[in-house]
Amino acid sequence: MALLKMKFSQQRRVRLAQGLWLLSWLAVMCGAFIFCLGVYLKIELLRRDEVMENTEIHVVPNLLMMVGLASIGANWVASRVCQDSLDASRFPRWKVLLLGWYAVALLLCCLLLAVVVLSYALQGRLEESLKVGLRNGIRFYKDTDVPGRCFQKETIDRLQMEFRCCGNNNFKDWFEVQWVSNRYLDFTSQEVKDRMRSNVDGRYLLDGVPFSCCNPASPRPCLQNQLTDSRAHYNYEYQSEELNLYSRGCRQALTDYYMGLMNSTGPGVLSVILIQMAVVMRYLQTAVEGAMALESPEGESEGYILEKDVKATYADVKAKALDLLKFAQVDPASEAAGAEEGEKADEATEKAATTAA
Amino acid sequence: MAVGKITFTKTEREKLAEVLWLLNWISVVTGAILFGLGLFLKIEIQKWQEVMSEQGILYVPHMLITTGLAACGINYLGSKICLDCADTNKFLRWKLVMMPYIVCTFFFTACVLAGALMCYSIRSQLEEALYLGLRNTMRFYKDTDTPGRCYLKKTLDLLQIQFQCCGNTDYRDWFQIQWISSRYLDMTNSAVVDRVRSNVEGKYLMDSVPFSCCSTLSSRPCIQHNLSNPGAHAHYDEQSQQLNLWRRGCQQALLDHYTGTMQSIGLTVLLIWLFELLVLTGVRYLQTAMENVIRLGDPDSESEGWILENSLAETACYNFSIIKSLGKCYQVDDDPNINVPTAAADQEAPSAQVQVNVTS
Repeated sequence: MALLKMKFSQQRRVRLAQGLWLLSWLAVMCGAFIFCLGVYLKIELLRRDEVMENTEIHVVPNLLMMVGLASIGANWVASRVCQDSLDASRFPRWKVLLLGWYAVALLLCCLLLAVVVLSYALQGRLEESLKVGLRNGIRFYKDTDVPGRCFQKETIDRLQMEFRCCGNNNFKDWFEVQWVSNRYLDFTSQEVKDRMRSNVDGRYLLDGVPFSCCNPASPRPCLQNQLTDSRAHYNYEYQSEELNLYSRGCRQALTDYYMGLMNSTGPGVLSVILIQMAVVMRYLQTAVEGAMALESPEGESEGYILEKDVKATYADVKAKALDLLKFAQVDPASEAAGAEEGEKADEATEKAATTAA
Repeated sequence: MAVGKITFTKTEREKLAEVLWLLNWISVVTGAILFGLGLFLKIEIQKWQEVMSEQGILYVPHMLITTGLAACGINYLGSKICLDCADTNKFLRWKLVMMPYIVCTFFFTACVLAGALMCYSIRSQLEEALYLGLRNTMRFYKDTDTPGRCYLKKTLDLLQIQFQCCGNTDYRDWFQIQWISSRYLDMTNSAVVDRVRSNVEGKYLMDSVPFSCCSTLSSRPCIQHNLSNPGAHAHYDEQSQQLNLWRRGCQQALLDHYTGTMQSIGLTVLLIWLFELLVLTGVRYLQTAMENVIRLGDPDSESEGWILENSLAETACYNFSIIKSLGKCYQVDDDPNINVPTAAADQEAPSAQVQVNVTS
């Protein structure tokens, strides 16, 4: 009893082939889109390389690029199959490949699902990587004269302005770090000396932030210094001031940005299309094979997903797999039978020779 | 003496018609490109329209948008006409429309050229508009509580950050205006009161700049206050001063940005104009060739095509006299019966009467 059997006339077979051809070109477009998405994500991750500690997250765009390329190839093959399916002379050469094509389509679907799962699973690792990277960036902000760290100031400033964020978790991270280099401090000033003595490590800590934390949407000119002291500025209340600086931390901003890129609907759409294509392809394959087996190729044929029902197909596949496994084993009973047959054949040839002679 | 006379065989005419059909379709695409360029320019200008004083420069993108749409329409019609022109019978359908169509296309091509030239000549107007607009925006920077001006602070801050510029011509423009609102000034503080009293208009002027003037390329944290007094800051040497703030004025930055954009757009429009001129010449040759074929009577014979039937001077005189005579249609100067003396008429009448009496 075949699974989900349907009858196909010649007309319907032609329609099926055309529909599948269109669907396969749509899938090629989707594959190209997935590839471009992978390239874009990779470029965006490389741009912010300096504030990330490790590159584990790069597995997502790499996988997207691979899947995109593979699906372009596989779907192009599918479109060729459709084009040839109505031509009885050209279809048989694709018959062998179709089983492989189903396997590839299934693999691609699994990989796309893996990409979606990975992008959620790696969110924690991304956050960790950003946390360490940003912490280092903020620490080395003042070291514009140290080779290997001199770019950190510009990187952090540009990052904070572009993503509208301040500090690692929030702006208070800047209070714990000395972000003004010693070479710009006036050591003769009493204020500077007091501040440096006020903490154990002898660092010049301020309750101030760099200019890149300033929010342009604030109605008043930016207040960067003495932020915790409500009396230092006129008409300023530290606890209730919201618009003066960016309130979001850069780690959160960057994580949101990358999650947004990775969670776009591309992989989902493509996997749905691939599954649909596999089903329709199977119908087309069985219908065309059935038509070719008939005496009149223009007549009706049947298409199905599985020739027998699920249980019987499973038993068949199991038997075939076991046969393959037994192929390497030597079976003594069949060897003896084989030897007997060989002897009989020799006798027959001897008889033939004697009668001929 | 015809201008640019070429002889066409039947196959050459058909080939010309086919080629022109294709070129007209390409022109539809270039017309769409022209429309797109006009739209892009309009959006770019509107992005920063708050820092420009008057909207006079919007006529350039509007011109490009209308010519782009007109190009699509005219060239679509042209492709239809050229497709039919290969056959003499179908050409008769379009015969009356051809001449007005060519005249229209000629004027439209002139509009495209005007659009391209406008893109290059806009610079001085833009400079003036930007200077006045930026001056006003800087004056209203502090008015974040006044409706209609409350977004100017954000716009100017984002402008200075994006274009890496400060002030109108220089960062010192900020020293001459009060950019901190009075509601954030502590009027009980004597230092504040002294500053306000120190100038005629009672403005709180400082030698400091907003945070958006700070340069990201500086190797030290930004110095925004006491800029006239470098000694007030530790180790604030010449090099630090150069890198501390953005050196360019926003007028110059925006001017460079817009003239760059408009120059590339102008170049593209010039190329489109050359292409349209080519198509117009082809259509004119096809029209004259087909008309001559019809005049000769034999559809398979060779015919001549030209740009102008007579030389340029003669055609100009002819057209000029047509225009002159159009204006004269109500005047009667040429009537021979006006102002002729009536004495001759009186003398003739009696002699005729005498003759009649004798015969009767």
